[in-house]
Amino acid sequence: MPALFEFESVVVRRGGRPVLNGVDLVIPDLGPTVVVGPSGSGKTTLLRLCNRLDVPTSGSIRFKGRPLDSFDVLSLRHQIGMVFQRPTPFPGTVGDNLRVAVDDIDRSGMVELLRRAELEGSFLDRDVSGLSGGEAQRMCLARTLAVEPSVVLMDEPTASLDEAPKRQLERLASRLVESGVMVLWVTHELAQAQRLGGHVVVVLEGRVAGTGTVDEIVGREGPASIFLSGGLDAG
Amino acid sequence: MPGDVTPIEVAAALLLVVVTVALSAWQRLGLGSSVAWASIRALLQLLAIGSGLVFVVRPDSPIALSWLWVMAMVGFAAETTARRVPEFPAIRWLALTSFAAAGVVTLGIIFGLGIFPVEGRTVVPLAGMMIGNAMTATILVARRLVAEFGDKRSEVEARLALGQSSRQAARPYLREALRTALIPQIETTKAVGIVFLPGAMTGLILAGVDPIDAVLVQVVVMYLVLGAAATTTVIIALGVRRHVFTPDHRLVPLQPDVERANRSS
Repeated sequence: MPALFEFESVVVRRGGRPVLNGVDLVIPDLGPTVVVGPSGSGKTTLLRLCNRLDVPTSGSIRFKGRPLDSFDVLSLRHQIGMVFQRPTPFPGTVGDNLRVAVDDIDRSGMVELLRRAELEGSFLDRDVSGLSGGEAQRMCLARTLAVEPSVVLMDEPTASLDEAPKRQLERLASRLVESGVMVLWVTHELAQAQRLGGHVVVVLEGRVAGTGTVDEIVGREGPASIFLSGGLDAG
Repeated sequence: MPGDVTPIEVAAALLLVVVTVALSAWQRLGLGSSVAWASIRALLQLLAIGSGLVFVVRPDSPIALSWLWVMAMVGFAAETTARRVPEFPAIRWLALTSFAAAGVVTLGIIFGLGIFPVEGRTVVPLAGMMIGNAMTATILVARRLVAEFGDKRSEVEARLALGQSSRQAARPYLREALRTALIPQIETTKAVGIVFLPGAMTGLILAGVDPIDAVLVQVVVMYLVLGAAATTTVIIALGVRRHVFTPDHRLVPLQPDVERANRSS
């Protein structure tokens, strides 16, 4: 299986406290990868290391076989986009937001981006302050796609959304994967991990406790299996 | 001279403080003792400063004494700024740098072009006006930026995640903070003379100077204040930006200890 990201003995400390404590991990270059774990387990930090919004205290990370820190960080972030936990609209219209990503983008290009995020072209002139949570988050996805990334990091993007917009964003992620854009999705919701399918990484207390499909992990003994089984039963 | 005020007359003016205290008591504002203390303290502070200034601005005093006085004012202003922006300890040095730079630029122009002669009686008051006003603008810009980079952290990071450099990502917040700090100065400059008579001019007129001469002095002071506010706020804004981002375009938390730790990683 070709590797998208490879983590080797990655440690992140913050204020002397370990957030990630020796992570060894291979994230495959196919399908969605869902990083799942309870709140505070270090999964968001793991994601933020991928586009260098955070850096490891020690250890190394490779992206497509090349050390992450050997990339120019700005061009790396064009390749690896990110959608945050809460929508992060910039002041102005939806069009203004897309132009922050690509300043010379034309109207048809923007309409196409909105279409990929299941938003109508009429949204372009709407002020972001009038968008619902789901619309704002999809606008953020469209904005991320404007720089044509090959990977999209999604940091619990449905945490603040109701059920319907949540499912819509999950569907959009699956469609991205079908179109060849790799998706790394962080969630603490086990049912969501199962719905998204693909490769699952279980993070517990700053360590990778298990990787594989949900069924594979549940089939093995250990804390990852217990975590997934407990959550899936509850779900 | 018309400007001469005797100690007895100052004591008479204290009646105004009594009026204020009485109003506070009548409206049960609970500010009576604060007003009394502030008024007495201001009187004592200014008397002390005035006694010191007598030596500094005397024609036969060495000019170095005046510059020493200015340096002390710069230090005090930096300390005050640091106290008002406790979330960002680096502000102390930034403020010190910005006041010093503003001093070099503005006083350099005023004295370099011979607008005023370099004497104790010009150096100290002009520097005082410059530093006092610049400090207000500096605190405004620093507080605003600290709030922006704290409250809008994910918005700033979203810009970085789009591949923007830290300079680009910070631009909208810097622009807003600078506008917030400078617009009051600009508005004051516009309204001067119509809405209110500024301090330096009022003081000169009270002291018996011809109003036109007082206006000319005031105009120079206003331009000095404007130039100083612009210089200091821009230096502070760029300095804050430099401190909150790492060279590899990450936003570091605005917390005293963590900040240094992250920058070194």
